[in-house]
Amino acid sequence: MSTAADIHLAPARTRWQQLWHDYSRNRVSVWALGFCGLLLLAALSCAWLAPQNPYDLAVIDMFDSRLPPGSRNPQGMTYWLGTDGQGRDMLSAMLYGLRLSLFVGAVSGALGIGLGVSLGLIAAYWGGWVDTVIMRVVDFMLGFPTILIALILLSLLGQGVDKVIFALMMVQWAYFARAVRSTALSERNKEYVEAAISLGLSKLRIVFGHILPNCMPSILVIATVQIAHAISTEATLSFLGLGLPITEPSLGLLIANGFAFLLSGLYWVSVFPGLLLLVTIFCINLVGDRLRDILNPRSQRTP
Amino acid sequence: MGDTWHRAVEMPVHQCAILRANGYFLNMLVFVIRRLLQSGLVLWAVSMVVFLGIYAIGNPVDILLPDDSNGAERDAAMRALGLDQPLWTQYGLFVWKALHGDLGFSFVYNIASIDLIFSRMPATLELAFCALLIAVALGIPLGLWAGLKPASRVDNWIVTGSILGFSLPGFWQGLMLIMIFSVSLGWLPSNGRGELGTVFGIQTSLATWDGIRHLLLPALNLSLFKLSLIIRLTRAGVRETMPLDFIKFARAKGLSGQRIVGVHVLKNILVPIITVVGMELGSVIAFATVTETIFAWPGMGKLIIDSINKLDRPVVVAYLMVVTLMFIVINLVVDLFQAALDPRVRIKGLSK
Repeated sequence: MSTAADIHLAPARTRWQQLWHDYSRNRVSVWALGFCGLLLLAALSCAWLAPQNPYDLAVIDMFDSRLPPGSRNPQGMTYWLGTDGQGRDMLSAMLYGLRLSLFVGAVSGALGIGLGVSLGLIAAYWGGWVDTVIMRVVDFMLGFPTILIALILLSLLGQGVDKVIFALMMVQWAYFARAVRSTALSERNKEYVEAAISLGLSKLRIVFGHILPNCMPSILVIATVQIAHAISTEATLSFLGLGLPITEPSLGLLIANGFAFLLSGLYWVSVFPGLLLLVTIFCINLVGDRLRDILNPRSQRTP
Repeated sequence: MGDTWHRAVEMPVHQCAILRANGYFLNMLVFVIRRLLQSGLVLWAVSMVVFLGIYAIGNPVDILLPDDSNGAERDAAMRALGLDQPLWTQYGLFVWKALHGDLGFSFVYNIASIDLIFSRMPATLELAFCALLIAVALGIPLGLWAGLKPASRVDNWIVTGSILGFSLPGFWQGLMLIMIFSVSLGWLPSNGRGELGTVFGIQTSLATWDGIRHLLLPALNLSLFKLSLIIRLTRAGVRETMPLDFIKFARAKGLSGQRIVGVHVLKNILVPIITVVGMELGSVIAFATVTETIFAWPGMGKLIIDSINKLDRPVVVAYLMVVTLMFIVINLVVDLFQAALDPRVRIKGLSK
């Protein structure tokens, strides 16, 4: 026998608790998320973790260049993952590179979300010619592959962290705009929006205060996938010599530097940064896949 | 897909009747005209962006003239290149010349940039087609295998492999292929096109054994991402088709499993796969830049990267315009193909 009192006693879960509850059912996804957190932590604390500051030319010795993993230098320091062509400790360079890669991915992702979500909401709520114009531009952007748009932008803009972030933002926003528009269109006709309108709230407040929170699940899914994609694209662009300048080695640039040594058998200079990049992207993709599974309204179970 | 379907369902009844009465050809004609107009608009927009972008980066005279040239020489050069004209006149001239196939001369090679692009195009197309061929030839059987045995060990391996294929950064995977097959095992060469042979008047690597050996690694590298995509598509298609009534009916009629899969299932999943393969051709050509750079494959992609690094602007502009045009043509052909096969696409085109 259950009474009304019993029902109230059942612990009420917030939206985030419910999300975690659903997410944590799959063990692989939990590991992937934990790994993502670990990588983020390692990247943020690279100044303390790294045995050497790869930007500090005073501590780098050319005599230590191209040492295999596990070698020691005269000062007694061990290069666990070897050194590169300039005698930099690979482990340190990779940690700093990871920080830069994650930074570029996260910032460009955040800017892409900001632009895409705003335009998507505007298109959905205002409709009419505003909608048509925005969605035509979105179709245009999605018709070309990411790498080509980034290539065009960077060949026009030149190198630099800010330019890469701008280019990555430009290739990402359209995905958010399209997803948010379609979610917002179905939300617009719901009763709570009608209620908000009848209360006399302003358009801006309805759109950003009431409709936006309900678009969050789809934004979250796309954001995870897009950040993985942005990190990979940045690495590719840097590898091609169009992304970040040589003074700021991201993972992609480290791999590119190792390319020259690969043919002479010095595998570690490009294999280890590549593995780190692969693990990062793979983990983020696994998290994204899981989020898609649980947040997809079509696959949601009835409570 | 869902969107298309809804539009078709929500269409007013009288409009449906008109469509039916006027039939297929008028329908297709309107669709083709609409798409052609759209394509023209896209090409115009790209030409604007590229032109304004190039204009914004700076004055080419600064690169062309020696450092010690004086103001008068500078002005003369500006006049000779038409850079003293107002922006709109310059743009008009750019479009006019482009329409006549003149996109300027390469600063580095000193030949017409458009000719340079076309001379490198066959190598890129060869690579792209071989990559797609590998992706389709391996992807469809693997996808069928995984889809027919859902949740089996084979299925799990193939699906995990395809997620890994999505995550592998294309350039790093290329380096690993070189490291394994060229450096460690020494089986395959890692750069260039190898010996070229002539088949039907076309120079191709496929004509000689040496050429094929050179082609193998780059084509494999370019195909891996698409392979993952085709595996996923095929697998999803098979799993959607297998529980349908017509398959049950075919079984009940006593058709062999081979015939059901090989004819009835395959026919149903092939249309979306062909569409995606067509659309991916463009992206394969764009991604070939990465593969060509790694394997020193002398195609358009390597040319554009070299040109960007050498500030060879006319070649960059010509590449962008040519690739955009290729994209537009590919998308158009795929859309028409789809419209010819799927009436819902045509209706969507009309009802807007």
